[in-house]
Amino acid sequence: MSAPAASPALPEIGRVRAIVDFYGATMRMAVQEQLQYRVQNYLYMLGMIAEPVIYLVVWSTIAEERGGSVAGITAGEFAAYYIVWTLVRNMNIVFTPYGWEWRIREGDFSAQLLRPIHPLHYDVAYFAGWKFVVILLWLPVAFVLSLVFEPTFTTGWLDVAVFAVAVWGAYLIRTMFLELLGMISFWTTRVSAIFELAIAAELLLSGRLVPLELMPGWAETVAAFLPFQWTFYFPIQALVGDLSTGELLGGLAMQLLWIVVLTSVLLGVFRVAVKRYSAVGN
Amino acid sequence: MGALRVTWLYFRVGVLNEFQYRANFYVQVLQSAVAVGTALAVLALVYSHTDDLNGWGKSELLVVMGIQILLGGAIRMSIQPNMERLMEDVRDGRLDFALTKPVDSQLLVSAREVRIWRAVDVVSGAIVAGTGVAGLEQSVGLRDALLFPGMLAVGALMIYCFWLVLATWSFWVVRMHTTIELFEGIYQTGRWPVTIYPGWLRYSVTFLVPIAFAVTVPAEALTSRLEWSTVVLALAFGAALFAFTRWFWRFGLRRYSGASA
Repeated sequence: MSAPAASPALPEIGRVRAIVDFYGATMRMAVQEQLQYRVQNYLYMLGMIAEPVIYLVVWSTIAEERGGSVAGITAGEFAAYYIVWTLVRNMNIVFTPYGWEWRIREGDFSAQLLRPIHPLHYDVAYFAGWKFVVILLWLPVAFVLSLVFEPTFTTGWLDVAVFAVAVWGAYLIRTMFLELLGMISFWTTRVSAIFELAIAAELLLSGRLVPLELMPGWAETVAAFLPFQWTFYFPIQALVGDLSTGELLGGLAMQLLWIVVLTSVLLGVFRVAVKRYSAVGN
Repeated sequence: MGALRVTWLYFRVGVLNEFQYRANFYVQVLQSAVAVGTALAVLALVYSHTDDLNGWGKSELLVVMGIQILLGGAIRMSIQPNMERLMEDVRDGRLDFALTKPVDSQLLVSAREVRIWRAVDVVSGAIVAGTGVAGLEQSVGLRDALLFPGMLAVGALMIYCFWLVLATWSFWVVRMHTTIELFEGIYQTGRWPVTIYPGWLRYSVTFLVPIAFAVTVPAEALTSRLEWSTVVLALAFGAALFAFTRWFWRFGLRRYSGASA
């Protein structure tokens, strides 16, 4: 009798089921864990809401001073944009690149490598589960913001459907982008300045700061070649903007393209990065 | 006198400690440059669509922004690290080590930490504010020049009080570290003069979180729009807040039962 192979590969069906099970379990765990920290989740959300409220106030002030609108956007439309922004931003919160620095420094990453599953799956699954708690907590916030700022928008059923898909597309794009940034931690420990630079570029070129039509023309051109606008501007515009069916579906296709591109790059870089890793600590 | 000596001693030890990690200085410079660059880009964007935001011109807003960056640097250099450590110490029971020392406990928990490299933000904020002042049409008068540092100090004191009240809550509530994110978020409102905000928000960032007193009021001094009534209000509110904070700290301290209890 020949010796059994070290770990016989699961049949394809079994592997898929194992991954699905893993996602299900991790997401349920995230929901249960995060539901325990409702106050903390709320404080975090409230701190975050200051940002869009500031943008909203500044741009509605300008709109009113200029007789009702800036670049064709009225105060009510700004309100709609930035209220939807709060949900999109929440969906965009993913595993931070600083987390990689911590994982490597503390040797936490060693334990992850021992598992028979790519470490990326855990991050994707855990934060995806968390999102369900976040969406639940977000509803009252959106209600209050709508009462205070009186948004105006018309939305069709296709807009809603595309939005519901696009927020998850945004989630995946941003996950892959920030994980990719996190990979830098395998080469150097002084990463904060690089992260801040990337986040600043994202702020200006994603629609997070302002709807992209307010940016100068050249910035819009640059943004077209970057993944950022598909994580903020597109999902928000899908719901509150005036996009045609072609633009809506084309946007989803662009999201898919960026997910594929960023995931491939990430997996490639991860393979190189892991070889550089030497465990620290216990 | 004793209080000053203790503060100075902790400051020196903290600075010596940080001097071991000189490369962090360059990282901080880069980070600060990114932050200032972003702020300027936002400002340029706003003023590409308008000349005047609620009565504030571009140079005047540079002053506001500079003061916000400067004070933010001071907060992250000294106030925030101390309060973070306080919250951690309450949770681990290590606050015992501070309480058993023969110095005023509030002074001690407020002076133990210093992150000197974050002073880079103080410098870059001062440069931004200075550029703003240079571009003002009306130069700063003597009265305002004297009032400015005073108002800035009173504002910083109020932010310190706010933080200590928040940190004191950790005697009752254990997981307080999201308060840092909460504060960072709300502090961003200081980027703009608080007069642009709707009433409920303006009052919140004036009396609930004293950002208006800390940033807008000193900026009003430099842009020649500070009224005496505002000065009196700031002084009175600052004094009341400080008295309350001191009482609240002692009240909270009675709840603390140490590590072994």
